[in-house]
Amino acid sequence: MPDRSEFPLWEVFVRTRGGLSHRHVGSLHAADAAMAVQAARDVYTRRMEGVSLWVVPSAAITASDPGDAAQLFDPAADKVYRHPTFYTVPDNIRHI
Amino acid sequence: MYTTELSRNTAPSVVCDDAERLAAFEARVAADEFIEPKDWMPDAYRKTLVRQISQHAHSEIVGMLPEGNWIGRAPSLRRKAILLAKVQDEAGHGLYLYCAAETLGTSRDEMTAALLAGKAKYSTIFNYPTLTWADIGTIGWLVDGAAIMNQVPLQRTSYGPYARAMVRICKEESFHQRQGYEAVMALCAGTPEQKAMAQDALNRWWWPSLMMFGPPDDASPNTEQSMRWRIKRDTNDALRQKFVDVTVPQAEAIGLTIPDPALRWNEDKDGYDFGQPDWDEFWAVVKGDGPVAADRMAARNKAWDDGAWVRDAAIAHAEKRALKRAA
Ligand SMILES: [Fe+2]
Ligand SMILES: [Fe+2]
Repeated sequence: MPDRSEFPLWEVFVRTRGGLSHRHVGSLHAADAAMAVQAARDVYTRRMEGVSLWVVPSAAITASDPGDAAQLFDPAADKVYRHPTFYTVPDNIRHI
Repeated sequence: MYTTELSRNTAPSVVCDDAERLAAFEARVAADEFIEPKDWMPDAYRKTLVRQISQHAHSEIVGMLPEGNWIGRAPSLRRKAILLAKVQDEAGHGLYLYCAAETLGTSRDEMTAALLAGKAKYSTIFNYPTLTWADIGTIGWLVDGAAIMNQVPLQRTSYGPYARAMVRICKEESFHQRQGYEAVMALCAGTPEQKAMAQDALNRWWWPSLMMFGPPDDASPNTEQSMRWRIKRDTNDALRQKFVDVTVPQAEAIGLTIPDPALRWNEDKDGYDFGQPDWDEFWAVVKGDGPVAADRMAARNKAWDDGAWVRDAAIAHAEKRALKRAA
């Protein structure tokens, strides 16, 4: 029997109430998904913090590299025309 | 604080091969930006954080023992339910913190192993015994009160996962302090024997509580570096002063006397002057000579060993189910 083998890590997402998205709240160790949900309930929703839980194996998450942040996100800064405030519309034009 | 530096000679030497990256890192921290797990960070920053966060986590876990001691003997069902909820919160605090420390590349099992082997440190406060029910109220009032004082500024500590864990913890902590004060208040409004019990608990817990803030600033060589890295946001002495200033009126309000003959209001500094805890005792407890340090370690080791079959069974069950799904 695999004594002392560490439980895998899970990321926990909570929907705080109906109509909102699930939001990442933290992580925990559990042997399997069912235990992860049970533990997430105990660790992250003891005070009515949520109405729904997701657990995802941490190993299944692919993250962007912080070193690529400039390349990934900066180009958006010079595309101001993607925002409505870029366009001038006369004051007398309504509902636009 | 469970976050105070307990090692005397750990000043991590900031050796860095990459002066440019170090400068960029320090600039980010100085600008109050958050550092995230995958960001570059100096080795000494990582090491200091792992030590501080794991020490904090161990304190939450060991901290369940003195209170757990009274769950079965709480004086009413109401007090028992409250105490259970509080102790459960502390378990959660330990888990949030282990997870935060893990993002720095040290596994929870490694941290647990270090604690069980007696190699890791935890707050000295939990190596004192809980002799009477009044101790439980006093712990909530003073120990959780001191913890809050330290943890609130840490919600803005520079390491993101640690700061976020602190936000969750602080949200839960204030009930801990209030339930404790309420329990002490009830004793003070009771029979003379009950009031004497409350005073006795305060007498025994006052000095160990002041020690929670760590050694005096002039004996705390790592404070400056930690403040610069925003791992620590106030000095030990500043927090201790703040704690005394808010706690003395709380004691007076319920007719209890702080056991410090040197305590008096100082108009000029707009705060109390007070005596120093016995720092030799503090260092002895840090080294493992606390009155119940051996019991604490024995209890943690027993819990870990007794739970081995449950962990093994859970893994075996998960593996069997995975095999079935694959088939
Ligand atoms: Fe706590
Ligand atoms: Fe607490």
